[in-house]
Amino acid sequence: MSAPARTNASGQAALAFPAVMLAAFFVVPFGLMIAVSFFSREQGGFYTPVLTTANYQRFLSWFFADILLFSVGLSALVSAVCLTIGAPFTYLLSRLPRRSQVPWLVAMMAVLSLSEVIIGFAWSTLLSRTAGLSNLFVAIGLMDGPEAWSPSFTAVLCGMVYQAFPYSILVLYPAFSRLDPSLSEAARTLGASPVRAFFNVIVPSLRNALVATFIIVFVFALGAYLLPQLLGRPQHWTLSVLITDQAVYQSNMPFAAAMAVFLVASSLILVLLSTMFGGRREAK
Amino acid sequence: MSTLDLVAVTKRYGDIVAVDDATLSVPPGSFVCLLGPSGCGKTTLLRIIAGLESASSGEVKFEGERIDATPVHRRDFGMVFQSLALFPHLSVRENIAYPLKIRGRGKAEREKRVAELLDLVRLPGVADRPITQLSGGQRQRVAIARALSVSPKLFLLDEPLSALDAKLREAMQVELRQLQERLGITTIVVTHDQREAMTMADAIVVMEGGRILQMDRPIDVYRKPASPFVADFLGQTNCLVAKPGKGGAEIAGGTIPGLQLGAGRREAEISVRPEDVVIRPAGDAPIPATVEFVRDMGSAVEIYLSTEAGRMIAQRASGHDALAVGDEVSLSIAPDAVVVFSEGVAR
Repeated sequence: MSAPARTNASGQAALAFPAVMLAAFFVVPFGLMIAVSFFSREQGGFYTPVLTTANYQRFLSWFFADILLFSVGLSALVSAVCLTIGAPFTYLLSRLPRRSQVPWLVAMMAVLSLSEVIIGFAWSTLLSRTAGLSNLFVAIGLMDGPEAWSPSFTAVLCGMVYQAFPYSILVLYPAFSRLDPSLSEAARTLGASPVRAFFNVIVPSLRNALVATFIIVFVFALGAYLLPQLLGRPQHWTLSVLITDQAVYQSNMPFAAAMAVFLVASSLILVLLSTMFGGRREAK
Repeated sequence: MSTLDLVAVTKRYGDIVAVDDATLSVPPGSFVCLLGPSGCGKTTLLRIIAGLESASSGEVKFEGERIDATPVHRRDFGMVFQSLALFPHLSVRENIAYPLKIRGRGKAEREKRVAELLDLVRLPGVADRPITQLSGGQRQRVAIARALSVSPKLFLLDEPLSALDAKLREAMQVELRQLQERLGITTIVVTHDQREAMTMADAIVVMEGGRILQMDRPIDVYRKPASPFVADFLGQTNCLVAKPGKGGAEIAGGTIPGLQLGAGRREAEISVRPEDVVIRPAGDAPIPATVEFVRDMGSAVEIYLSTEAGRMIAQRASGHDALAVGDEVSLSIAPDAVVVFSEGVAR
């Protein structure tokens, strides 16, 4: 009788560590943020613990709704682009002999070691008028004169996809490499063209991995803060930029907290919706 | 005219030759087994026929026309994969109807065909189940039904029964053969199991190291193997070296009276099946031997014997006098039961 009891006790002890860490570094700060979001701002100071919903009321305006929608839309677009390029890329990669896969994977992972600042400046140079890609196109006669492609929405999108792409490969690769290669071969012997086999067989059997990738890249992109500022115009700034602006430059902690709570809540809802959608199709 | 012709088909992967100069012709409606040990190139050859691999050189002809350039999905061949490759996200019905759906057949026609096929593979009433809820044998049948759903021109199977347990495998071999006879469809099966090949095939193609060693009726491959490898691969055999002698041939420590090795040959490799080795009391027959081990399998008894020519195996029906390890006996071999290989001695 004593042996199982001891195992139980040590099992709980093992759980205690992550529980404490989770509480100290996630639950408590998040709770504080929620609390602060209901406090009222003190002009010239920090905040006073007087409960108010004014921060949320201020947020419920077209101006902020617009920015929230833009942030969510941008993140969804980044996820979609990453999946559209990443799924076929990973599929072809996983069909290569293992030895040739390694350099590709190493190169992909190397991108992860670049800081956001470096990525931002690299892309802004690449898309600039003075030293950018357009000069190359002029040189080979595709364009009449160099153009500035940054700052622009496309530049923001390019930078963010570049940054998120390795993450999507990281999530997709294990599922793709475990996939039975004879599945698509079977589809082809049954009369499906390679493209059709990919969409009829590969994509549905990897539905879970694809949904997971979409969510991870989406959440990752939702937190983007630097790239929209480096590569975009003010209208391309995401909610994260605004939160920082309120918290750091305007010293309006309660309003920044309210926006952050809203951002977390809306991304949680979207994640739940997409897992429910993915899960239901799987159960059927 | 034959249905499928392979002419000097060769497949190289870098320095490795997977299929070496394979020439083969498959008559219409026949059941052909590609048989060989793993790595002998049989699966590669099947994949070349299916179009999943392209040959490095040589020709693949179907009903007289070259099909090397026809992509897999336009060949209309049915194929069953070793892993079965059933689509896990679809039900049994959707799996079987998949090729029909691609070809744009209507719903009513698809339903009718699925019911027919499930009847054909004796698996009624599972149409709406997900693949994950089927047993190994049921999946096997679904894979066969799916491969047959558009009435393919050629039916290809890659080690289709290897995932089943021994008893079910034997039953499926008989069933597959009966199914093929009923449909009259030209069928090519890859297998490494000689019993499977003997059970099902009209013709067995024995392969080793990428080469086709022999293609014949199963009984001819068994009775008249073209090389010691074929003799050894199909069932058990006693491979011996014989020299011409007085009134027949000599092996180490004994003789086989009446055996002719062929004019002018000083040495030849021969093969004798265990059931053709007759055990007599000591001194009665020309090859003395000692019993080393007795393997009584109920229906038959295998006796391992040590002779001067090495270990020999004899097989006989049960019901003879029991032999014990260490018994001195003698062996006789009838000359017409011996296969004399035409090549020189390999060893």
